[in-house]
Amino acid sequence: MKPAAFEYARPADLAEACALLGELGDAAMPVAGGQSLVPMMSLRLTGFETLLDISRLDALKVVRDEETHVFIGAAVTHAMIEDGKVPDPAFGLMARVASKIAYRAVRNMGTIGGSVGLADPASDWPCCLLALGAEVVLAGAEGERVLGAGGFFLGPYETARDPAEIITGFRIPKLSAGARWGTFKVARKSGAFSDSLAIAVLTAEGEARVALTGTLDHAQLLPGASAALAAGDLAAVREAARAEVAQADPDADAYRLRCHVATVTRAAEEALTMEPRR
Amino acid sequence: MAATTETKGWIGARLLRKEDARHLLGASTFTGDVRVPGLKDVAFVRSQFAHGLLNSVVKPDGLETSVFSAADFPDLKSIDGGPELPSFRTAPYHAFAREKVHFVGQIIAACLAPTRGAAEDIADQVYADIEPRPAVVDMVEALEPGAEILHEGFPDNAFIHATVSEGDIAAIAARAEVEMRRSFRMNRQATVSLEGRGVLAYWDHRLDELVVYLSTQGAHMMRIGLSLALGLPEHKLHVIAPDVGGGFGGKNRLMPEEVAVCAIALKTGQPVRWIEDRREHLIASVHCREHHYDLTLYAEKSGRILGLKGEVHIDAGAYSLWPSGPFMEASMAARNLPGPYQMQALHVETHTVATNKAPMGPYRGVARPGACYAIERAVDELAHKLGMEPADVRRINLVTPDQMPYRTIGGLRLDNGDYPRALDMVRDMVDLPAIRRRQAEGETDGRRIGVGFAVYTEQSGHGAAEWMKRKSRIVPGYESCTARVLPDGSMLLLVGIQNHGQGLETSLAQIAAHELTLDPAFISVRYGDTALTPFGFGTFASRSTVFSGGAVAKATRLVAEKARRIGAHLMQTEYEETRLEDGAVHGPSGKVPLAEIARAANVRQEFLPAGMSPLLEATATYEPEESGGFFSYGAHAVVVAVDPETGVTSLLDYAIAEDCGTMINPLIVDGQIIGGVAQGIGTALYEEIPYDPDGQPLATTFGDYMVPCAPELPKLRIAHLITPAHGTEYGVKGMGEGGAIAPPAAISNAVCDALHGLGVIIRETPLTPRRVSDAVAEAEERRAAVSLKEEVPA
Repeated sequence: MKPAAFEYARPADLAEACALLGELGDAAMPVAGGQSLVPMMSLRLTGFETLLDISRLDALKVVRDEETHVFIGAAVTHAMIEDGKVPDPAFGLMARVASKIAYRAVRNMGTIGGSVGLADPASDWPCCLLALGAEVVLAGAEGERVLGAGGFFLGPYETARDPAEIITGFRIPKLSAGARWGTFKVARKSGAFSDSLAIAVLTAEGEARVALTGTLDHAQLLPGASAALAAGDLAAVREAARAEVAQADPDADAYRLRCHVATVTRAAEEALTMEPRR
Repeated sequence: MAATTETKGWIGARLLRKEDARHLLGASTFTGDVRVPGLKDVAFVRSQFAHGLLNSVVKPDGLETSVFSAADFPDLKSIDGGPELPSFRTAPYHAFAREKVHFVGQIIAACLAPTRGAAEDIADQVYADIEPRPAVVDMVEALEPGAEILHEGFPDNAFIHATVSEGDIAAIAARAEVEMRRSFRMNRQATVSLEGRGVLAYWDHRLDELVVYLSTQGAHMMRIGLSLALGLPEHKLHVIAPDVGGGFGGKNRLMPEEVAVCAIALKTGQPVRWIEDRREHLIASVHCREHHYDLTLYAEKSGRILGLKGEVHIDAGAYSLWPSGPFMEASMAARNLPGPYQMQALHVETHTVATNKAPMGPYRGVARPGACYAIERAVDELAHKLGMEPADVRRINLVTPDQMPYRTIGGLRLDNGDYPRALDMVRDMVDLPAIRRRQAEGETDGRRIGVGFAVYTEQSGHGAAEWMKRKSRIVPGYESCTARVLPDGSMLLLVGIQNHGQGLETSLAQIAAHELTLDPAFISVRYGDTALTPFGFGTFASRSTVFSGGAVAKATRLVAEKARRIGAHLMQTEYEETRLEDGAVHGPSGKVPLAEIARAANVRQEFLPAGMSPLLEATATYEPEESGGFFSYGAHAVVVAVDPETGVTSLLDYAIAEDCGTMINPLIVDGQIIGGVAQGIGTALYEEIPYDPDGQPLATTFGDYMVPCAPELPKLRIAHLITPAHGTEYGVKGMGEGGAIAPPAAISNAVCDALHGLGVIIRETPLTPRRVSDAVAEAEERRAAVSLKEEVPA
């Protein structure tokens, strides 16, 4: 369980990283925390001629508290978000989500950009970014590109990132005061990948977004459950979830569907019963 | 009479462990830390098929000398284990597969390279031509007519069929008011030591011997096995077990990787090692636990159990591991089925079955977690059937102190203790009436609360007679110790056991300190080196404190006696007038420190009594007088909350009352309990290696194989009863396994208690969220079907 030999490159800045990646194409893979990539290479499930170590690029560690958005750099670790070391655009939702990712040792190393880039269908951040209506910022040889989270995730381990692009960070809209949210995760034990994870956000303006992950595909928004949540009708959320999870995860078995209905309903329930955040 | 505290000298002292410092500093030396110049790494090519004919192994061009397979070692002996019984069928287990493969992960070839990564590169290029055969994956179906037969010459797939029968079960069946038949299944696990297995071997030209670093529970035992397999005399084999990071039974069998690495080192003349990775550990290391029980319980309406009849299937995997194979699993399961209960008849047919899975070995608790699970689940189901409180049914049937020693219907001699009191203690600790009230009120979050109990016994320190009864080809009926006082009065204890996390460097030092009135800081315990210590069997079966502790006591007493004789001579008094105190021999007027006596004995012989031989050391062996073992016991009570929709179980409270006789070090006892319970929680809720119908293992990394970690452990509340054993030194009993025995039973009972009102039936471990949620859904469907039927007019 050791990886095949590979070249290791540590570009000095983002421009050099993009140039190198443009040159090497899909023979190279950027690595930051390596918490998924390295085990997968060790198991020889994947392999690359070159690993591009982007973990020390300052440009990827940028965090900006802007007027309407928070920008979180791709190389920010789960632990930094969990510990509140970066501003949370959602009154603690991101810290909660971060705290439930794998184990602390993994969170110390793993990054939000790495997790989103890998797009494991059971991972937490894609679901969270969808629920928050975030955008993914990418850098490539031709400059910067911004994609909505909804258009970024294409399938299991499949994203709209071009092999020559690097995720630089995420533009996440700030929730206004009075927003509420809820999350619920079912996993075989703490730290395990989720069988189902739902995140519900209810904005002060009355808009609702419910996102689901742990499917066999990719994280996605559930419009019916979202509408029911906006209407404040928990029974309707459950009914909508029943119909929507079967569509969101068509190959899921009865247990998985049961989990999805449970997580969606309970995330919505937490959002509805939560004291509005300020 | 059970007491709750006892401390006498160093016996019972709550000493911090001597071994902690190096482990906490990361300064330990495990097999993987050993460096030898020119060392090469082995990567194994393993079968990807569960069952098939191995037609050929094709080595990659140009790399022929870096790849080894069976053809390279025609003289290597197979390493067959099992009891010395004519009814036990043996199939040769070769280090490298010959002609057939019998499980996914079986070794086909070994590749040698300067690094493990490079060795894996070569392994990827080796081609094994395998003609697949149908896989046998279910231990019950494996015995049905027409099943594919694994091993040539076997009339069916059983290694052995055996019956355990005592009392008149037919008469009991005829007069019983209650007859209840239930099936239970405990699924397959890995042993998951923190450090995996590992072996490093090289020829030492100076000593003219093969040096073998081995992560094992018994270096002397493995030397015997390696000698048999390699055909090398034992004086040419030097086995060293350095720091060993847990074994739990999984490092107490001779494994093919170990033979293969030694054979390659001998053939190439190069230092060679193999360090197991976690995937190999889960696929191809010792597997354990997989039992199926089909039991019929006979009882009175009062709840009194009369007898037990049934069948036990053990999924032993493809081969029988040296030395004892999987046979003990079945006999121990059958003989432990009556547990701590009075019964009049027992009739159990056992089947130890070969399947296309990795071979089964021992794992903390050996068979008893399964037996305890089966009987304790059956007791709860009996209670439900009779409308009784499960704890009350236990109370009615438990063996009582006035009946001790009590011979169970399974033939085990329960020596002493107060079983009902242990049960009462945990019932009080979790406050059973309060839980019943809470259940009646219901939970606001939709979860359901349940409480479960289990009472277990743990045979420990069993000697020669017991192992001979089991027809073991090795009879670990004693342990040995050389106690050596050095010229400055400090001391070495050389012992034949293997400390691999049990704190024995500390507890054995405490025993010697107690006998010699020395501070344990001046006593070092050495083990795990065949060139250093007298022969011993190693650490397993909860035996080391009883046996090795006894040997340390005996050897140090011989040393103490000689020290007093020298001291008497130096003080010009009589031996009878002397005593040991505070590290000195005291006479009627004055004292001589042990250091001075040790100096005389070792380097200043002119101070010794005339005719006394020099040196201050002694070697002793020890076996307790009673060979049937000493029974630790305990009761566990656990409170759970179960989410019926998602099936997730949380442990809210966990209470333990246990009795292991005199405790040498209560901190170490508690540590053993906590570690054992953690593993028992794994069996109950998380750990499982399922196989698909083609014999492919489905849990091959920690992504699929769930092990409980700190967040899964509730705070364990431990209460001790102390009933000293009669017939061991200080009244100790072994207790290393008990923690792992009861949790699958107690937790399963608690989950079933929580869901009982919903009509849920679960008779299988682990209780994964999926299994529990599916069982709740099935119960709902059954209820719906019933109510539909009732709507139909008659």
